[in-house]
Amino acid sequence: MKFAIAVFAPAHAPASRRALRFAQAVLAEGHEIVRLFFYQDGVHSASANVVFPQDESDIAAQWHTFIQQAQLDAVVCIAAALRRGVLDEQEAGRYGRPAANLPEPWVLSGLGQLHEAAQAADRLVSFGGV
Amino acid sequence: MLIVSRQAPWAGPAAREALDIALAGGAFGLPLAILFLDDGVFQLQQGQAPAALEQKNLCANLQALDLFGVEAVYACQHSLHVRGLAAGTLAVEAQPLAAEAITALFNRFDEVITL
Repeated sequence: MKFAIAVFAPAHAPASRRALRFAQAVLAEGHEIVRLFFYQDGVHSASANVVFPQDESDIAAQWHTFIQQAQLDAVVCIAAALRRGVLDEQEAGRYGRPAANLPEPWVLSGLGQLHEAAQAADRLVSFGGV
Repeated sequence: MLIVSRQAPWAGPAAREALDIALAGGAFGLPLAILFLDDGVFQLQQGQAPAALEQKNLCANLQALDLFGVEAVYACQHSLHVRGLAAGTLAVEAQPLAAEAITALFNRFDEVITL
């Protein structure tokens, strides 16, 4: 089955961890992830500047490793990300900000990517909405 | 896709971001609906003064739903009622739905996003 996964919660929220474990289970069971889409406070799950205490699971780092290893399409909504200070090199340069905190393979793009993923997938599963 | 918008317009960017999903989908010509639920119905209230909170007026964007082809705009009847809002007095036209109709609405869509 093809899944699109939307994440609306930051790395420190339980919903982000649940989304990550769900995504890992999807692949472990032999299913496909069409795209991961990070929106609202979910853009913080993609930030490279998140630092967890040593005795806690570093969910932001685990997201990055997972996406890299599984070579997933992981899109962060650009409007939501800019508003919350999650910038790649290009946007940091464009707006004259001192640092970028969105490394590859994360991609900044628009909401059309969410709709496209929902259309392409058999299931859209959201984490962290209200 | 059904978008369920549950946040008041003054509660941060959530209301605008829920609306943006609807507008983006409308621009793609996708069949979608938006339901205002709980504090989300405050987005429909007339006579808002967002400038006092240094906020932009969301109503103008809500009125764009029609332009973007999103004609299915609903509001939870109960949410309106308990907040003292009457369906006929809203700044944006929304069809009030009772609980059973909301259940039917959820069943009609393959994808639901609640923000």
